[in-house]
Amino acid sequence: MSENIELKTVGFDARFPQQNQTKHCYQSYLDYHKCITVKGEDFAPCKVFWKTYNSLCPSAWVEEWDEQREKGIFPGNLKV
Amino acid sequence: MNLNLWNNNMMMNDVPTPWGMFFQDSATPNMEGMMELHNNMMFYLVLMLTFVSYMLYTMMYNYSNATMVHKYMNHGQLMEMVWTTLPAVMLLMMAFPSFMLLYLCDEVMSPAMTIKAMGLQWYWKYEYSDFMNDDGEMVEFESYVMPEELLEDGQLRLLDVDASVVVPVDTHIRFMVSSADVIHDFCVPALGVKVDASPGRLNQTSALIQREGVYYGQCSELCGVMHSAMPMKMEAVSLYEFMNWLDEQ
Repeated sequence: MSENIELKTVGFDARFPQQNQTKHCYQSYLDYHKCITVKGEDFAPCKVFWKTYNSLCPSAWVEEWDEQREKGIFPGNLKV
Repeated sequence: MNLNLWNNNMMMNDVPTPWGMFFQDSATPNMEGMMELHNNMMFYLVLMLTFVSYMLYTMMYNYSNATMVHKYMNHGQLMEMVWTTLPAVMLLMMAFPSFMLLYLCDEVMSPAMTIKAMGLQWYWKYEYSDFMNDDGEMVEFESYVMPEELLEDGQLRLLDVDASVVVPVDTHIRFMVSSADVIHDFCVPALGVKVDASPGRLNQTSALIQREGVYYGQCSELCGVMHSAMPMKMEAVSLYEFMNWLDEQ
């Protein structure tokens, strides 16, 4: 099998150049939800944020935040 | 007891060996850089050690019965200049490669893959979130140390795990390390990776594994009773084998 398999993942983000990427993950999560609030779930560019936070954030964090959002106790600012 | 001091170049060792004195063989450019830096620094250290030992020896044996003692000597301008500038120059020579390597290792410009490692008490949980199947499920698994009773012949005690981390070679991999409870440390010496796993914090490091093989590491931050029993095992395979492994998950 000699097909060229291309692996893609989140690249370098100049807003978060250091080793601590906590904000990168959190900001992408916020940005995705703000994006779909404004543009709707089918808007393709919003998927970029979705891929970012899925690749970076531990799934435990994502699940916790999703639960908090459902219960309305999410501490972050999701207002657009 | 096998003294592996002179046989280190016979096989690539990516695992701690009894009486091992040097680094494990490097498998990434980062680790190669660190070995190179270590050898560079060692030159200056040996130089300084030799010089200081020589001075001490000379003082003790050649001048111990000296009749002329310079007890009123206050200055020695030239000598003071020399023994200030020479160490400063030596420090500068040591600093340049050190800083270069430090910043090079920190750069994670365009990785091809992201692997998350969550430390828990007392096991690791790995997530490969770049690959999602149609149900929206990602590859996620936990990796426990092999208990001694279940070890097969040839396996290493407290180093082998039930599910190892399979990675493709020649792929720039970014590791995102965090913890769910206390601070752990994700460390694989052969790859030059050692990064703390702190709860509430996501640390990033990268590795580009240059040869296929199995690499072992151990948790490097005290995290409780079984801190010595949460190792990590990485298997670097070809991209094709990696894709096959992914499909099986």
